[in-house]
Formats: sequence, structure tokens, C-alpha cells
Amino acid sequence: MAIQVLIPTPLQKFTSDQSSVELEATNVDGLLQAMEGRFPGILARLTDENGKLRRFLNVYVNSEDIRFLDNQATALADGDEVSIVPAVAGG
Amino acid sequence: MLPALLVCRDSCFRAVTATLSRSTFTGLRCKECGHPYEASARHVCEDVCFGPLEVVYDYDAIRARVSRASIEAGPTSIWRYREFLPIEGDPIDVGTGFTPLLKANRLARRLGLKNLYIKNDGVNMPTLSFKDRVVSVALTRARELGFTTVSCASTGNLANSTAAIAAHAGMECCVFIPSDLEMGKVLGTLIYNPTLMAVKGNYDQVNRLCSEVANTYGWGFVNINLRPYYSEGSKTLGYEVIEQLGWQLPDHIVAPLASGSLFTKIRKGFDEFIKVGLVDEKPVRFSGAQAEGCSPIAQAFAEGRDFITPVKPNTIAKSIAIGNPADGPYAIDLARRTNGSIAAVSDQEIIDGIKLLAETEGVFTETAGGTTIAVLKKLVEEGKIDPGETTVAYITGNGLKTTEAVASSVGEPYTIEPQLASFNAAWERAQSLHRASWEPISV
Repeated sequence: MAIQVLIPTPLQKFTSDQSSVELEATNVDGLLQAMEGRFPGILARLTDENGKLRRFLNVYVNSEDIRFLDNQATALADGDEVSIVPAVAGG
Repeated sequence: MLPALLVCRDSCFRAVTATLSRSTFTGLRCKECGHPYEASARHVCEDVCFGPLEVVYDYDAIRARVSRASIEAGPTSIWRYREFLPIEGDPIDVGTGFTPLLKANRLARRLGLKNLYIKNDGVNMPTLSFKDRVVSVALTRARELGFTTVSCASTGNLANSTAAIAAHAGMECCVFIPSDLEMGKVLGTLIYNPTLMAVKGNYDQVNRLCSEVANTYGWGFVNINLRPYYSEGSKTLGYEVIEQLGWQLPDHIVAPLASGSLFTKIRKGFDEFIKVGLVDEKPVRFSGAQAEGCSPIAQAFAEGRDFITPVKPNTIAKSIAIGNPADGPYAIDLARRTNGSIAAVSDQEIIDGIKLLAETEGVFTETAGGTTIAVLKKLVEEGKIDPGETTVAYITGNGLKTTEAVASSVGEPYTIEPQLASFNAAWERAQSLHRASWEPISV
């Protein structure tokens, strides 16, 4: 279950400046844990004290916002691309 | 005098120490947790919570430098307020701002109001929308930070403005828009010869792509890594209304809501003039307008939520069709705190709003303006605007850019022969025309 994860610039300090990393996971929550396992400290930036994604962060699976899918329980399949994008203003 | 880390991300990364000698801003700060940052090209609280960053000012310094007289003696553009804007040196001045504040008596009578004003940014320069304000500030700051290429994700107006002002400043420009935009907005960008990317997707998808491009290319994206500076330009819509009302605050404002940024920055503009003693404090109600086909902020407001559930836009009001509005929670908070409202209207009501404003005040606005007028009408009908309140409706764009929206709703001209008899016949017909059905109430 290789998942490609696009890392935004502000988080690349955790990933040794890599803008894209490959991880194993079956859903978004699992992916967040896998990220913490590989890059210690990154989870606290991504989620609040209750484990929920911070409200100014958007996560997309294959370009679809996970809030239109199953939020952090959204299933992942081999080859999926996950993009983490801080909220930006319009328009 | 705060040393600032200036980061050039265009072709290299370099750190230099500069002194913000002519500026009145001191850095950036997270709007959520307050964590401080240097005045570089960044937009989120990357050390703590990913909240949005905002500019921090030295209001004592501003108070010492400005007065009503000094502002009135300044240029008739946004740069008369330069002490309140996050730039260090000379601005890129394309004559942006100081647009008319019209006393809208005919529209007021139609709606049952007594003191209604239209702030008409549909005639803003150079590209006929309020975006010229934010882009003038963003590109001035981009130049100061060393960027030579600028970019944006846009629903149309921002693309127009970024391309035009980049052309004026001699900057490279690459902008991104959804591929289904109105032709006026596409042409109104291409004419300035930027690289224009029409993305097969909605605005939120364009925005996501641009965030990824920004990660890779290191350009100055006005609404991404320059956002803290860019968004400050909207404050001038607050300053101007105060000045044009004779240095007074209005009682109620109605403005369109897309990302929610404009709405909150008008409030910040009011607050800053109060803070430095340029205007007396009084309550001002803030009401926001959305299209039903993209109303995530109005839905959250109606349901008593303080968080936004994103939606997929489906409305003719493309310039405000942002399904995942970044400043939505702040807009909701502002409307609630000020006893205002947030409402949504149908596409037909938006068209009716465009026509109502045009027919009563001679102002042709785009769909965002039609949304504002339609919501204004709705709020009056629901008793949410007091007839005696001094109310300002913000018109943020020009109707000539979105003619498709009303093309099938304005009828056709009479084609006649160059003869008096032909005119007489047509005139007689015109007197009993169905146009009357558009406006059953006479002013």
C-alpha cells in the first residue's frame, strides 16, 4: 500500500526538505501515524490534542478533499496520492 | 526598527538584514496562537498551529505620523493610507482606490431605506475590481522581498489585477484560473500577456494546485505566500468609507463573502482608525452575502456552527465561488459579534440584484455585486436592516466582465429603419413592453 504524500514547504523541515515521500497506510489516520513514525514531531503540527487535523489544514486524496470523503477514516489504496495543503485565501 | 529576514525565493534563498525604516509594521503574527514571525514571504503558522499570519503594526508610530489633514493631503489612491499598509519603500502606484461612495437614494427608496450608500469598486483602477487594492500592496511587497515572478490562484478578478499590475511593474507573471471563467475575465487577463493557466477544475482545486506550485517554484503568490501583505489592501475599503462619510463610521455594512477576507479586513480598517484616534467608536453591524450555489459561510452561520463544511460551487457568481473559504470562521464570528447577518440568494435573485442596481443607480456590477444587492434587499425585507441606519453596500466588481450572466435577461434593442415612422412604431411598442414585468414597483 505505497502512498505518495506531497509535503507543503512549512513541513519540509521535518522531511529533510523532501517535498514528496512514500509511506504505507490503509487510511488517512494510519498515514498520519506513519508520518510520525518516519518523521517524529510532525504529527503535533498536523493535528490538535484530540488527534483531529488542524482546521487550517486541508488534506486531499487524489485531488479530493477528505471532508467530501470519509475525513480521517478515508481509505487509501496502493498508488494513491495524498496532498497536505494549508488553507489559503481567495479569489 | 526591527531587523527583518528577507527571503528571496525566486532564484535563490538569501538572508539579508534590512531595516524597516519607512514602515510602520514590525513583523507577522499568527492570528490563532499569536506566535511571532519575521516579515518574510510566509502565510501560515508553520512553527505551531498552521493558523493564518497577519501583519503587526506599531500603532504608536502610526498615531504620531498621521492625522485627518495628512491623509486628506495625500494622493487620491490607497497610498494616502500608506502608514497603515505593510510596505517599506515606494509603492507601485497605479491609481488604485479612492473609488466613489454614492448616496443611493433611488435604490434606497425602492428598498425602503433612508441612508444607503454604494461603495463602487467596479470602477477601481486599473482592472475594475477591489482586487486592485490587494494586488497593489502584494506586488509592492513582493518587489521588496526580491521576487521577480508573481502568481495567483484566481476566480477572475485577481487574475486581471495581478497580470495588469505585474505588467506595469515589469514583473514576470503566471496566473491560474478555473477553465470555465467568463470570457471577459479571460481576455481581461490575457491582454497583459502573462502566462495564463486555465485549470480543468473549480477554484478550490486551482488553489490546491497553486499551493503545490508555490512549494516547488518559489514564486510570489499573492494569495498564498504573500497573503498576509495582500489581504491588508482590503482595509482601505474601510478607511475610504470612513473618510467619505465625513470621518464617521456607518451603522451597517453589507459585503460579499468569498474567502471571507475582505469582510474581516473592512472591520480591521475601521478598528485601526478608531485605535489611532481618527474616528469615534460606535457599533457597526457587519452582514455578508453569498450565492446559494456556494454558501458554506451562510450555511454555517444559519446552523450556529463556528466551523466551515466545504461545498462544491454551482452558481453564476463565479467570482465569489469559493467552496472552502479560509477566513470563513472569522467572517461568522464578526457577523455574530456585531449583530449582523449572513444570507444567501439564488442565481435569479443575483441577476435581479444586478438589474436593480443598474436601473436605480446607473451602476453595472458583476455577479458578486448582484449578490450583495440581493442580500441587502432580503435583509431589509426580513427586518434585519433598520431603515434609518446608515448602510453601505460594497460593490466589488464591474458588470462588463460578466455579461454572460445577464445576457439573456436584459432584452434586445429595437432595430429600426432610419425613418421617423419606423421610430414612431417602435416607440409605441416600447410603451407597453414586457420590461414592466421586471420592475413592478415604480420609484
